[in-house]
Amino acid sequence: MAKILVFAETHDQKVKPVTYEILGKVKGHNVDVASIGDIDSESQASLAKYGAANIHKLKGAGLEQYSPEGYAHALKGFIEAQGYDYVFSGATASGKDFFPRLAGHFNAGCASDVTNFQFDGDNFAGTKPLFAGKCLAKVELTGPKPYFITVRPNALGMPESESPAAGNATDDNATAGDLKAIIKEVIKGASEKVDLTEANIIVSGGRAMKNAENFAILNELADVIGATVGASRAAVDSGYAPHSMQVGQTGKTVSPSLYIACGISGAIQHLAGMRTSKVIVAINTDPDAPIFSKADYGIVGDLFKIVPLLTQEFKNLLGK
Amino acid sequence: MNIFVCVKQVPDTETKVQPNSDGSFIETNAIKWIMNPYDEFAVEQALLVKAANSDSTVTVLRVGSVKDTEALRTAMAMGADEAILVEAEDNLDSYMTAKALKGAIEKSGKTPDLILSGKQAIDSDALQVPQLLAQMLGLPSVSVVVGFEQNGDKLQIKREVEGGSLEVYEVTSPAVIACNKGINTPRYASLPGIMKAKKKPLTQLSLGDVSVSEEDRRVKYSDYKLPPEKPAGKKFEAMDEAQAPGVVKEVVGLLRNEAKVI
Amino acid sequence: MFELSEEQKEFKEMAMKFSRNEIIPVAQKLDEEGKFPQDIFKKAWELGLVNTSIPAEYGGAGFSNLDAVTICEALAYGCMGINTSIMANDLALLPIVIAGSHEQKEKFLKPFTEQFKIASFCLTEPNNGSDAAGIKTTFKDGGDHWIVNGEKMWITNAGYADLYVVYGTIDPNLKHKGISCLVVEKGAEGLEIGKKEDKMGHRASDTRSLRFNNVKVPKENMLQNPGEGWSIAMKTLDHSRPLVASSGVGGAQRALDCVVQYANERVQFGKTIGQHQALQMMIADMVMKIECSRLLVQKAAWLADNNQRNTDIASCAKAFATDSCMEITTNAVQIYGGYGYSKEYPVEKLMRDAKLLQIYEGTSQIQRLVIAREALRN
Repeated sequence: MAKILVFAETHDQKVKPVTYEILGKVKGHNVDVASIGDIDSESQASLAKYGAANIHKLKGAGLEQYSPEGYAHALKGFIEAQGYDYVFSGATASGKDFFPRLAGHFNAGCASDVTNFQFDGDNFAGTKPLFAGKCLAKVELTGPKPYFITVRPNALGMPESESPAAGNATDDNATAGDLKAIIKEVIKGASEKVDLTEANIIVSGGRAMKNAENFAILNELADVIGATVGASRAAVDSGYAPHSMQVGQTGKTVSPSLYIACGISGAIQHLAGMRTSKVIVAINTDPDAPIFSKADYGIVGDLFKIVPLLTQEFKNLLGK
Repeated sequence: MNIFVCVKQVPDTETKVQPNSDGSFIETNAIKWIMNPYDEFAVEQALLVKAANSDSTVTVLRVGSVKDTEALRTAMAMGADEAILVEAEDNLDSYMTAKALKGAIEKSGKTPDLILSGKQAIDSDALQVPQLLAQMLGLPSVSVVVGFEQNGDKLQIKREVEGGSLEVYEVTSPAVIACNKGINTPRYASLPGIMKAKKKPLTQLSLGDVSVSEEDRRVKYSDYKLPPEKPAGKKFEAMDEAQAPGVVKEVVGLLRNEAKVI
Repeated sequence: MFELSEEQKEFKEMAMKFSRNEIIPVAQKLDEEGKFPQDIFKKAWELGLVNTSIPAEYGGAGFSNLDAVTICEALAYGCMGINTSIMANDLALLPIVIAGSHEQKEKFLKPFTEQFKIASFCLTEPNNGSDAAGIKTTFKDGGDHWIVNGEKMWITNAGYADLYVVYGTIDPNLKHKGISCLVVEKGAEGLEIGKKEDKMGHRASDTRSLRFNNVKVPKENMLQNPGEGWSIAMKTLDHSRPLVASSGVGGAQRALDCVVQYANERVQFGKTIGQHQALQMMIADMVMKIECSRLLVQKAAWLADNNQRNTDIASCAKAFATDSCMEITTNAVQIYGGYGYSKEYPVEKLMRDAKLLQIYEGTSQIQRLVIAREALRN
């Protein structure tokens, strides 16, 4: 049995779902959870339900807000004191940012953005998409422990069963250390929606959207099914959507459970960014559009007709 | 100012990636190498900072094989002053790469005032080297940077996070800044720039020169393979408006009951 | 010489990147609107892609002919029409490069390296195309100046040019022995610029007629001596024909790349159309002809770089590359089928643009006359 720490990233004291995905996968090992700052009682209960023996809430000077140096410093002290074999985090914006620094504190290795992993006894082996998902490789860690791993959100899926553990919650003292990069301000993005890379459902628009205003019909659909709206490179290049919405080789690499491609032909660069989506729905007027070869469900039709119908149908289904 | 830019040479984004016969890496024979696209933003930022600070030099660093030095030559053609290449196989992990970059900076004899890089290399997609390098040098780092303002040794840096939100950092330089698309518009290497780049100094170091060995490997990749092909999907004809409502109803039902994603 | 130098590969890479990022995204729109690509032209100039013929002594980069055709192919890959505007600068400046005195080069070439400027080559007339030796524009001796009268037709860049290199005759009875070459500057009194021609292709490039009504041009603006214009024109063509030929290679390569992409996407009879032999034959012919064209272009450029006579090979390159470009772009439309005939896809424009390459700078038929004449002479 390996001694494992899962870092639980929080948002408004709620634990991000990727934490539970990881917990489900490390079942059977000696598992603790650590967060920076408070976790609400509901999330604590969930952590216990999915197998957290101890929940350490690290608190101290300089940890009120995120900083790569501060988070790495705080966890370093804690991990040193506890002695873990493996430390996991979601491959979220902050996880991807500070985990390499944290691993660097230990001169240890970090496997980043794995989409799956197994333990053979105490030995870790993960699956890592490379070249924007065009290739997969087995990833293993070597050298001094602990080993660090970040896991792509939505890749593992929620645990199928519970594995209740004690879930003893404690407040632990930690410090951010000397910070040379400090957040002065956070400017909220246009949408408060989940980021594309973490989204469970994505509705994306392509060049066939014709203009930025027409994205309103995708937003309506997204609102009904709790999706985040993305765009193809063609749509971004045409100025219909900002680059932060771009999915593909030079945009975001996404892996939602459902990807709805509206008026996207499916150029190779776009496929590279979304091919790992679990289920793909494509809507396009061109029956030969390459996107249909990747789609689980393809609708040959005009997106301006189909999307509003989908929105209504989902509304009916979900009772909204 | 001593400005350093770390660049990587990666397969062109159009490349069809094919694992090699024993799955130890990808086939590299027919690959066209380019500068990692995110690194172009770093080079551009370095040149902008250089233009705003007299007596600045831009040194571009790369760890990788010598068979093609496209990335370094492009950076110098864009306007970087000199280059250092640490010769190595193309399969180093992030830790070895960061350690080699640190060694190359030390070997240059210059104390860095600013280190720039792309936010990630589009081949290994690890997003580790800038942060690791910063940690090894004891410097602050900000990654996924879309905004850069300099005021003496204070930098105001905008980092893109979830939902398109921006974290605005105040950073005391020297620092490592990992650039994302949106921070600037990289210039082209002009034809005269390409000709001038030939005359700019390119120093070559070995891994031994920067004290990196196989002992430093922390992450091992193996079993390279293509992602599994999905089974054929279902396609519905709905060009005729009368068909559309029925098709939509059926697809929504399938998403609910067959795919179980809603 | 079976590989470009490292530097030439970088030139090509850079020019291709420029084509992909700056030209291709707007080419179709500029074609539709028939809009002159001023911004692209200027940006290309800033990056050293324009005026590749200007020698280093006069502020140019000092490119070889092989460098120049390599760059030209890449720009034409983006848009043959936009490349025509860019290439026309070189065509106009070449007579000065070839025949200008040191003072003329200082005066006329250098400003093109210091500022973005546009030039026009003015040879063809309403009644004299292929029969260039029969041109009617007259240069009359006015003492310290020449008086120019006549009309020019199909003049590229005419509406935007800062400088016109004009061919005329000091005496029509002298036939080609009377042909002379004058540099006329923008704004010359009596120079009338016609309206923009509405063309089948190359619609972004600006093509107009010009009228010279007693235009006074200083004597020092004549290249070499009166009556030496014909040999200047012939030498210019030896340099410019490989350029035009290379633009045919660029256009054909673009058509092939479009076809390959489409052939791998479009499915008919249960397999991609690229898997059907009928198409494979067509694609193989495209590949062969592009390879042959490029080699001919490179040889013509290489001969010029090595100061060897290239008249025959330059004509071979011009005729073969542009005829091939026409055939390849036509077949590209065929392979795309209905989509190919629609403006939704890029190949119909390639086909329209290709046509002009067979016409300007000596028609394919004139090239064959040159080739045959050179062959029969031996």
